[in-house]
Amino acid sequence: MSTSTSLSDTETQNGFAMTERDRELILATQAGLPLVSDPWAELGKQLDMNAAEVLARFQAMQQAGVIRRVAAVPDHYRLGYRYNGMTVWDLADDRIAELGVAIGELPFVSHCYRRPRHLPYWSFNLFAMVHGTTREEVEDKAAQIRAVLGDACQQHTILYSSAILKKTGLRLRK
Amino acid sequence: MSATIESRRQAPVADLSPVEKVLINRLQHGLPLVPHPYAAVAEELNLSEQQVLSTVKNLLAEGVLTRFGPMFHAGELGGGLTLAAMRIPEVDFERVTEQVNSFDEVAHNYRREHDLNMWFVLATETQGAIENTIGAIEETTGYPVYNMPKEQEFHVHLHFPV
Repeated sequence: MSTSTSLSDTETQNGFAMTERDRELILATQAGLPLVSDPWAELGKQLDMNAAEVLARFQAMQQAGVIRRVAAVPDHYRLGYRYNGMTVWDLADDRIAELGVAIGELPFVSHCYRRPRHLPYWSFNLFAMVHGTTREEVEDKAAQIRAVLGDACQQHTILYSSAILKKTGLRLRK
Repeated sequence: MSATIESRRQAPVADLSPVEKVLINRLQHGLPLVPHPYAAVAEELNLSEQQVLSTVKNLLAEGVLTRFGPMFHAGELGGGLTLAAMRIPEVDFERVTEQVNSFDEVAHNYRREHDLNMWFVLATETQGAIENTIGAIEETTGYPVYNMPKEQEFHVHLHFPV
């Protein structure tokens, strides 16, 4: 089963016009980039394109932000990062743009987003994901975030995951 | 259906060689988009292209890497994407987990230690389908869904130094 995200031939949010070729390239590399000397030629062989054309499309998609990068994704548990803490912060609205950038730049923060509050149940508007080899390490990193935020932060907490209920990942429908 | 985090924490930490470490660190930052990209990385790191290719293949086979390839920015692909949370009493948790997971649009779902104890990512074909899906989940489960779409992205870069 796959979760689908549609790829249309129309423009993406930032105005990049995705072609049918791009769609084919994305589908062909969902499982991964070929591990051969010339992966662009290998993909070209599958899709009847030449290597230079394949490479140019990847460059264009990365430039447009459709692809963040072509990279290795480790199983962080196997690397010893056993704890992931979703740290959440209640920040003054007029400071969040500036402080969000500062938190996002901390080397141990993997994702950092502004999200809406749902008062009275949820008052946190900045989310920063932090990974560590121990719970103490996650808490130490959260303390470093707290120090950067200073008096702009009203309250914060750390949500640890206790079970993976589902993990299918983001998939494109063929 | 639900794997405990504790069992994942028991996974053996990989015993990595210096070459493996240097490649894991380097390749999380992204492959250069040039002809013969593995040779380019090899030259940077004073390795052979064959060493790069065989090491990455081994790391994938051993499950140290879960994937090597393009990382798509789902939000730029034209569909809808959001994070949502629910507050589910223990007595109903299993039933609601099953109901929420039955939606194809639910990509990941985590139990977290908080009053809001179920957190999932929704990915839909169109932006507009997010609201419909949330409505359908609320109707099916009988509990409210708190939608927390990103309003601003400050940073996304998963990087685990070894």
